Amino acid sequence: MIPLINYLVVSVTLFCIGMYMVLSKHNAIQILIGIELMLNAANLNLVAFGKYDSANNAGQIFTLFTIVMAAATTAVALAIILNVYKQYKTIDPDKIDKLGD
Amino acid sequence: MVQFLFYLMAFITLGSAVFVAVTKNLVRSIFMFFITLFGLAGLYVLCLADFVAITQIVIYIGGILVLMLFAFMLSGRDNLNNFLAQRKPFISIQNLPAIILVLVFLVVLLNMVFRMDADNFEWIKKAIVNKTTLLPSENTTENIGVNLMTKYLLPFEAISVLLMVSLVGAAHLSRKEKKA
Repeated sequence: MIPLINYLVVSVTLFCIGMYMVLSKHNAIQILIGIELMLNAANLNLVAFGKYDSANNAGQIFTLFTIVMAAATTAVALAIILNVYKQYKTIDPDKIDKLGD
Repeated sequence: MVQFLFYLMAFITLGSAVFVAVTKNLVRSIFMFFITLFGLAGLYVLCLADFVAITQIVIYIGGILVLMLFAFMLSGRDNLNNFLAQRKPFISIQNLPAIILVLVFLVVLLNMVFRMDADNFEWIKKAIVNKTTLLPSENTTENIGVNLMTKYLLPFEAISVLLMVSLVGAAHLSRKEKKA
């Protein structure tokens, strides 16, 4: 039986790595990866606490919902990134500073 | 043994996540993200959530990462060459604010985690006394299926509508523009 605190520490570290990627990267796809890392950190917490709830399985079921939401987010975000690339020929968020026509 | 596996998985996950964050090579960072997700699936298994672990592998690695690679290949050709051409120092000065902010946030969160003492929560103690914790011998997948169709039916329907709407939206966004 692994204490919950271990999972929490792993999850916190993962969240901070994801936040660093969101803050510092110059590529929209890498920023998306950072967001996915943060979502996964939240999932890890849900699953770790869900171990203590065998009747309702709330943690695991809401992890499934989060995974589905992450998939939906990624699909839309990548479509937007492709459109932005078509418009600006770059996916660096710092260089996208004009409104489209 | 479980302890050892946990530390191994945590090390793999965090190590590859750090590699994803610091590497300059974009393709390599996406492929290392594979390893991070596999490590997370291992951690889920150690939490006795085998169905979630399988879902993680199928959806994240099978779906999301392939989608990312696809978008990267479509958008990154010249981009990639640019990134490879300019050699930056390991930690550049313009990332310093991000690093400081993240380190402060990490300290705050770790402080909070150690202070809240999650293993002694009221409901967790109650669950251990009432023996409602998950056991390795339990068949969780069946229980998840039953719960999904009874107790969590409304969120299930909501998330399916959301998924359909977002997929239609993505298809609409990425269609070929007709010359008007």
